[in-house]
Amino acid sequence: MAQTKREMLVDPLVDNNPITLQVLGICSALAVTSSLQVAFVMSLAVTFVTAFSSMFISIIRNQIPGSIRIIVQMVVIASLVILVDQILKAYAFEISKTLSVFVGLIITNCIVMGRAEAFAMKNGPVASFIDGVGNGLGYGLILMLVGFVRELFGAGSLFGITILETVNNGGWYNPNGMLLLPPSAFFIIGLIIWAFRAWKPEQVEEREYKIQTVEAH
Amino acid sequence: MPDRPKDVKAGPIKRFLDAPADSVGKTIVVAVGLCLVASMVVSAAAVSLRPIQQVNAAKDKQVNILQVAGLYQPGDDVAEAFQAFEPHVLELTSGTFTDRFDASSFDDRAAADDPALSRALDDDPAGIGRQSNFVTVYLLRDDVGDVDKVILPIHGYGLWSTLYGFIALEENGNDIFGLQFYQHAETPGLGAEVDNPRWKALWPGKKVQDANGELQITVAKFAPPAGVDYHVDALSGATLTSVGVDNLVRFWLGEEGYAPFLANLKAGAI
Repeated sequence: MAQTKREMLVDPLVDNNPITLQVLGICSALAVTSSLQVAFVMSLAVTFVTAFSSMFISIIRNQIPGSIRIIVQMVVIASLVILVDQILKAYAFEISKTLSVFVGLIITNCIVMGRAEAFAMKNGPVASFIDGVGNGLGYGLILMLVGFVRELFGAGSLFGITILETVNNGGWYNPNGMLLLPPSAFFIIGLIIWAFRAWKPEQVEEREYKIQTVEAH
Repeated sequence: MPDRPKDVKAGPIKRFLDAPADSVGKTIVVAVGLCLVASMVVSAAAVSLRPIQQVNAAKDKQVNILQVAGLYQPGDDVAEAFQAFEPHVLELTSGTFTDRFDASSFDDRAAADDPALSRALDDDPAGIGRQSNFVTVYLLRDDVGDVDKVILPIHGYGLWSTLYGFIALEENGNDIFGLQFYQHAETPGLGAEVDNPRWKALWPGKKVQDANGELQITVAKFAPPAGVDYHVDALSGATLTSVGVDNLVRFWLGEEGYAPFLANLKAGAI
């Protein structure tokens, strides 16, 4: 890997984004983006877990037996996730109330496992840590974009502060209830992937097949 | 690991680290060692943070009791404001307070799992499985020491989750002063609108029973025959959460719940 540290950090934001290019971590991106505050804390939690799990796994990478490597990675990741959950419950109780279920599910977030398996097992601890931070931020960036759209148009607020006064609260804005439901994140992520690939055409994958043209007689 | 000449003087740790990662011995040692380290880290975190978490949870519950009683002012010292309440452990079947337990430390949820203190429900509209025979209720007295409000814990299943909350009743045991859930995981924007102040504002002034003592309060799309005094409009877009709230409120205020207590309250026996 001839990547500089800066590239490791910046690449996952757009050029190699875990959500839009690798299409990993979609499940949690659907679940936690209905409000920005929750999405923000989730991004921090995933960044923390990805960075430190990659670092720890990288430290012991030469000692991990190949036959149980996935389990070893899971143990490291799961321990860190429990740590995050406990810390949130102690110092951010309000947020942990809405986030607790999803924090537990970071264990199954493909991004964390993906970076551990694809990067940390082959690179040094510092590089793995930076790579983890970069991928966490790339995940966070998409979460915040999706959360921005969903909360603003679904609930009329941003970070819980009312921007568009909704009809329910006596205002004028009739919120789009669909945006509060998880499937809407699919549409928004799809649109973001489209936008990224229109901006950077090299991200477009090659077709696996060609449509045959039949000559007309 | 690259091959090295065997060093007879190498310590056991170095010999271990140099051993091929895939050997059976190493696999076992790595697995056991990692599990030990991870479990120690996790238990250390859980044990050291538990006191702070318990304080948070207790404070959150107190804030909700204050809110449902209409006494919460943001910025107030919660513990101090909470002194206004008089906690009691209530025996549901008799509807009277009991001194068997210390009301300030009695744990309703633990009691519901204790076969000696709870019973399994056959007919279980609230979806709670087991009901504790003893619950902690809170009394609020007015200046001359008469009961002003009672705050009763309620819980039951909504769409995704068990909703935990409180209902506050006036001293006559029939007029609702407020209802509030402090823990649930309903859909944000739909079922979670049970937290919406505008919906919660529908509850004050509603009546639990009609003049004949029949349980009439309901959360429904349309007003029941008994009239609008007993009707709280269901949440639009959250039918199943509304049905859940309807079931749990009717269960807890009914015969299996607080009805004996409310009868005592009405009779002035509390």
